[in-house]
Amino acid sequence: MNDTVIPIAKMGASKQRKRQAPKGRNVTPAAMAEVEALVGKEPLRHDLLIEYLHLINDRYKQLAAPHIAALARLLGLAQTEVYEVATFYHHFDVVKEDPNGAIKAPAALTVRVCDGLSCELAGAKKLLERLPELLGREVRVLAAPCVGRCEQAPVAVVHQKPIANATLEAVRTAVNAGDTHDEPGGYIDFDQYLKQGGYATLRDCVEHRRDVESVIKTMEDSGLRGLGGAGFPTGRKWRIVRGESAPRLMAVNIDEGEPGTFKDRVYLERDPHRFLEGMLIAAWAVGISGIYIYLRDEYHGCRALLETELAKLRANPPAPMPKIELRRGAGAYICGEESAMIESIEGKRGMPRLRPPYVAQVGLFGRPTLEHNFETLYWVRELLEKGARAFASHGRHGRKGLRSFSVSGRVKNPGVKLAPAGITIRELIDEYCGGMLEGHTLYAYLPGGASGGILPASQDQIPLDFDTLQPFGCFIGSAAVIVLSNQDTAKAAARNMMKFFEHESCGQCTPCRVGTAKANTLIAGERWDAPLLAELSQVMRDASICGLGQAAPNPVDCVIKYFPNEVS
Amino acid sequence: MNAITRFEREEADASSVTFLLDGRPVTARQTDTLIEIADREGVQIPRLCYKPGMDAVGNCRSCMVEIKGERVLAASCCRTPVKDMEVTTTSERVRKSQQLVIELLQSDMPEREYTRHNEVDEWAVKLKVGKPRFAPRPAVAPDYSHAAMAVNLDACIQCTRCVRACRDEQMNDVIGLASRGQHAKIVFDMDDPMGASTCVGCGECVQACPTGALMPAREVALTKPDKSVNSLCPYCGVGCQLTYHVKDDHILFVEGRDGPANHSRLCVKGRYGFDYSRHPQRLTVPLIRRADAPKRGEFVMDPNNVMQIFREATWEEALDLAGGALAKIRDTHGKKSLAGFGSAKGSNEEAYLFQKLVRTGFGSNNVDHCTRLCHASSVAALLEGIGSGAVSNPVMDVTKAGVVILIGANPTVNHPVAATFLKNAMRNGTKLIVMDPRRSELARTAYRFLQFKPDTDVALLNAMMHVIIEENLVDPKFIADRTLGYDELVKNVSGYNPDLMAPICGVPAETIREVARLYATSSGSMILWGMGISQHIHGTDNARCLIALALMTGQIGRPGTGLHPLRGQNNVQGASDAGLIPMMYPDYQRVDNKDAKARFAKAWNVPESELDDKPGLTVVEVIKGIIAGNVKGMYIMGENPAMSDPDADHAREALAKLDMLVVQDIFLTETAYLADVILPASSFAEKTGTFTNTDRFVQIGRQALNPPGKSRQDLEIIIDLGKRLGLSWSYGKGEAAVAAVFDEMRRAMPSIGGITWARLQAEDSVTYPCVKEGDPGDSVVFIDKFPTPTGRARFVPADIIPANERPDTNYPMVLITGRQLEHWHTGSMTRRSGVLDSIEPDPVASLHPLDLATLGVKPGELITIESRRGKVSLYARADESSPHGAVFVAFCFYEAAINKLTNSALDPFGKIPEFKYCAVRIAKGGKTPVQASYGGGQILSPNPAAKV
Repeated sequence: MNDTVIPIAKMGASKQRKRQAPKGRNVTPAAMAEVEALVGKEPLRHDLLIEYLHLINDRYKQLAAPHIAALARLLGLAQTEVYEVATFYHHFDVVKEDPNGAIKAPAALTVRVCDGLSCELAGAKKLLERLPELLGREVRVLAAPCVGRCEQAPVAVVHQKPIANATLEAVRTAVNAGDTHDEPGGYIDFDQYLKQGGYATLRDCVEHRRDVESVIKTMEDSGLRGLGGAGFPTGRKWRIVRGESAPRLMAVNIDEGEPGTFKDRVYLERDPHRFLEGMLIAAWAVGISGIYIYLRDEYHGCRALLETELAKLRANPPAPMPKIELRRGAGAYICGEESAMIESIEGKRGMPRLRPPYVAQVGLFGRPTLEHNFETLYWVRELLEKGARAFASHGRHGRKGLRSFSVSGRVKNPGVKLAPAGITIRELIDEYCGGMLEGHTLYAYLPGGASGGILPASQDQIPLDFDTLQPFGCFIGSAAVIVLSNQDTAKAAARNMMKFFEHESCGQCTPCRVGTAKANTLIAGERWDAPLLAELSQVMRDASICGLGQAAPNPVDCVIKYFPNEVS
Repeated sequence: MNAITRFEREEADASSVTFLLDGRPVTARQTDTLIEIADREGVQIPRLCYKPGMDAVGNCRSCMVEIKGERVLAASCCRTPVKDMEVTTTSERVRKSQQLVIELLQSDMPEREYTRHNEVDEWAVKLKVGKPRFAPRPAVAPDYSHAAMAVNLDACIQCTRCVRACRDEQMNDVIGLASRGQHAKIVFDMDDPMGASTCVGCGECVQACPTGALMPAREVALTKPDKSVNSLCPYCGVGCQLTYHVKDDHILFVEGRDGPANHSRLCVKGRYGFDYSRHPQRLTVPLIRRADAPKRGEFVMDPNNVMQIFREATWEEALDLAGGALAKIRDTHGKKSLAGFGSAKGSNEEAYLFQKLVRTGFGSNNVDHCTRLCHASSVAALLEGIGSGAVSNPVMDVTKAGVVILIGANPTVNHPVAATFLKNAMRNGTKLIVMDPRRSELARTAYRFLQFKPDTDVALLNAMMHVIIEENLVDPKFIADRTLGYDELVKNVSGYNPDLMAPICGVPAETIREVARLYATSSGSMILWGMGISQHIHGTDNARCLIALALMTGQIGRPGTGLHPLRGQNNVQGASDAGLIPMMYPDYQRVDNKDAKARFAKAWNVPESELDDKPGLTVVEVIKGIIAGNVKGMYIMGENPAMSDPDADHAREALAKLDMLVVQDIFLTETAYLADVILPASSFAEKTGTFTNTDRFVQIGRQALNPPGKSRQDLEIIIDLGKRLGLSWSYGKGEAAVAAVFDEMRRAMPSIGGITWARLQAEDSVTYPCVKEGDPGDSVVFIDKFPTPTGRARFVPADIIPANERPDTNYPMVLITGRQLEHWHTGSMTRRSGVLDSIEPDPVASLHPLDLATLGVKPGELITIESRRGKVSLYARADESSPHGAVFVAFCFYEAAINKLTNSALDPFGKIPEFKYCAVRIAKGGKTPVQASYGGGQILSPNPAAKV
């Protein structure tokens, strides 16, 4: 039975209010002037809605209802069309008028503490408990889903400044010092990249020293698969999209949000132009007329870096380039899903589309779209320069290629490990991570972030690669490996993951929206109702629209399958 | 077939494929969804978010099916077949999935029922889902802030049918889906209470909701109706078909029906404005003026105190007195001393019989109705130019047009359901060009909005024609083959260079050029207009320009082109067709045409000499005739000239002067207050009859209620009054009489000659022209010729004529009058409807916020508006839709009757007064408008005594 609710009569407009103005919220001249000053008087574009919201949110530290109304007016949109987008993204603080029509002032500063699994293992809960008191009322402390710095766990982000291996003291120091921005540095910039022979391959392509067919063939032969997690063969994707009618668009996914994954950020922070060159080669090979790079909002340093380097690139293009737009996410894991990302780039709520049609045919703005994960493009240059066999010559246990594992959790040296595909968890920990942390022994591991399931230490001989984990109810996804030890439980990990999925579900379809919530209730107890969870899991897998809902039951199913003693 | 979906066009010529459905080979179009095919094949698939006519979104996941070779199940509402696809709807996997989706949703359903048809529960029963095994979500508080609808989001399943109803169908863009995940929530604007949002109350969301999360307020839909009657909406000219759900002789609630003009959609008036017919102030007995109650033009009236002025009478006494007195005036002062105003709210049969009574009983052509106040000038220009006063194409043709010009009309307010189809067309790529001094809601999404200065229509339109001629964008073949008078037009518009006209009309020359090019060159361009065109002393000239635009570009005579004056009243087209106008017999046969006169004398079985061969007096001329002492007796049925005529004080004085005023109405209107005899009549839902909408659809409205007390159906009253005037008609009684009158009408009117009563009963709607029985009816006319003697249309040049009364230092502002969404005409019905009166309870004047600031008036404060003829006080509403220097007031407020201010100067051709323009001055403050026993939101107010 539902909780009883005492009906509180919501008030409609009073007679006096009706006399004053037409129905609904009217736009105030003050808000109009403020918003106009931020977004400019250029013809506004609906697809840039999220960018405009960022401008307002950055400037006023919140999105006040009068500003939303003014923006809607400027865009020629209904107020709800802006409101529903603003409220979809966690990084927008939408604030409405109080009963007196006043807007509450925003918090002076926001500190976000990552509560992803790796950070939770490293003590995020303590930070979340203690920080509010320590930092005082002026500072708002929020839990945030994985911020993509798992190798630095626990992580707190002071406004936009990430604090690695955060302690109470480190956070307080940053807050007091006003150290709130992430300044990029120490990477190979445009000039250095050019000096090191960068963009020569792109020029070879554009200046006809390479032909499209041979480039696509090399990609096909290299065996490179989409490294965002789905693993679609890259060369084949290029060929398919190239076969669609022009204009064709490209979308680059740097919404790296899968808990445990941080490889894209690490590579981007080191060598951004390697990625940009790969992107431009792909655009050339496929015949792309516009590129949209979608970067997750949490990567503030990367954004600054990309803005700087893209400006240099545009100022001095090594070859004719299509239009490139950098788009900023706003706190939504689901926007890493390819069609949700497209919706978001179009300025909408990031809700995955039903397929077919596939984005290769009907994607961004209804056009055929080549969508790639950052890392896939990052390797393009190397493969073209070294040949299709450059990767295929690596591999273990019968698998071929190289994988960038984001390793975090209870290991000595977490980080991005470029290792042979097919490596086992033991080999990865021992050879690449310096072994387990002192006092910890391997208990379980997540081979593919939050969605890839949980395996027990006893399953330590499985080659980690595409297609090898499915028989075990798992998948490798973005190769985010989180290592649990004898001090952890799989049950707690599963709860962390399911909470994450509930938090990040877009809410579109019943199995995921309701299923993740019901699953959380069911796994909150010590003893789990395994048959009911199995039924729930099946409908989520079978009937959810996108991969989020389809994979969300993986951790829970794995606990029931591999760790039954924890929950019975 | 509800919304016009994005894919409709593609579907038209899709090829077919054969695939396996549960092992059976099935052939279907490639664009059909699996669920549509399954429905056709008799295979039952559950569905919640899916609703035919709406875009399929596939979010509820209850319609999942298995497709061989696919990893996961597929939503059958979003998948289409491909060759040899193997679809299974009955496997264990499918069944379990469907059941569990329903179980998940049902586990969150409240125990309380909000609707008699909860689709989640219904599917749970069909799929044998047991008691839900999952804990429910936290409950949420209801929202009862709206007068018409209750919001119970604890029953919401986030299927977004309401969102699509609001955003894709009606396109009012109020409902959104905000937040995400478990918190995903249906919101109004920015999660505001529905009653404080921009919601226009169309109720489409309620009609779409599968669980009662959105439901009619006060739980009216939980009661099982005694009967459901298919009828029509009584309000505007769109002609929406609807169903009245009736219990105990009261209407419980209304639902839209799939009629040709509305496709199940309704607006706030149609859906919620039905309860006026049971208002306690209904007139239920005949009344005769008391001898001690003299008539005065200046009065404050309270319909609750009828008996101070009137006494009850029997029907015999009232009819004898009324008929006797009118006959005596006729016989003493001559036939032209009588006049009759019929009503565009009445049926075709009533209009026909009313004009027949005047023409054969009074013996003159002094018969008119409110068409004189709305589209008389448009009709004059159309008859002169193309030989027919009706529309050339239906509203729905906007969906086929490339460009639509909407000028001097605000359909989101006055033709709300038609506006939804305009908005649908825009989404499908039609370029809408809105031209209006006021910024209407459609301006937001229009391709171009030309906010021209009031009164400069001719300058703007002539400038457009100048461009079209100058740039040679005309259709020379059309001009040569089908028109006359083109050279004079060319000569006339040669002086209207857009560069010269731009400063006059306040629209940049380049914009004028752009829209002229667009209109002239699109594959199909349509013009829709409203009273902003017609209600000027140059209203006929305005319309002449629109006609000329269509003719010179050949944008008429094909689907998606043409001329469409949006008709106001539900039967203003039909009433005019039926001859309720002083210069025409039925079917627009001129009274001064000898042949026509002879024909009607024969049809009506009267000597030819008995029929008047001179056109009679128009509405405003009748009022002037009374003052002059020429008109002494009147019969007014269902009209309220004391509120609706210009210079209303003057009109009231005139009505008070009559020796005998017989008023037939359902309420004590301002006009009835001046009557000698009041005949209590029937409301729309209390009678059966035909009504002709703006598209020329003749549609049948059926009786759902009984007339209250001793009130009678209007047709019966006309027949009985006719008897007293010596007319011995034998039409019978009740519905048989309606059928008999209709049959007489169709025999007298070739344009509807093919429409039989039986066909109307069967089909509910037939388009005219329909000359022979069995004709389908032509929705698009003038395909190869115009109904003129030559078969050609005529260009009529027009020059700038300024408004009769321009602003000056004493009266510096312009008054524009019109209507508002919730209130109909003079407000006698809608202000007695609980929901409508609650949404707009008070008289307001809309001014631009900057003008208000200049006046030193805060929004919501009282102001007094004064013209040379009168003044009223009402509340100032800050509204950016009003242009600078102008104030807009609707004429529905008896406590601030704005027509006391308007100018009765007439257009010389249409005899229409200049409601859209007169000079006024505005002062801060004024007397608080006194609301007597209705209006002011009294019906739904928790404390009826509360006035604020």
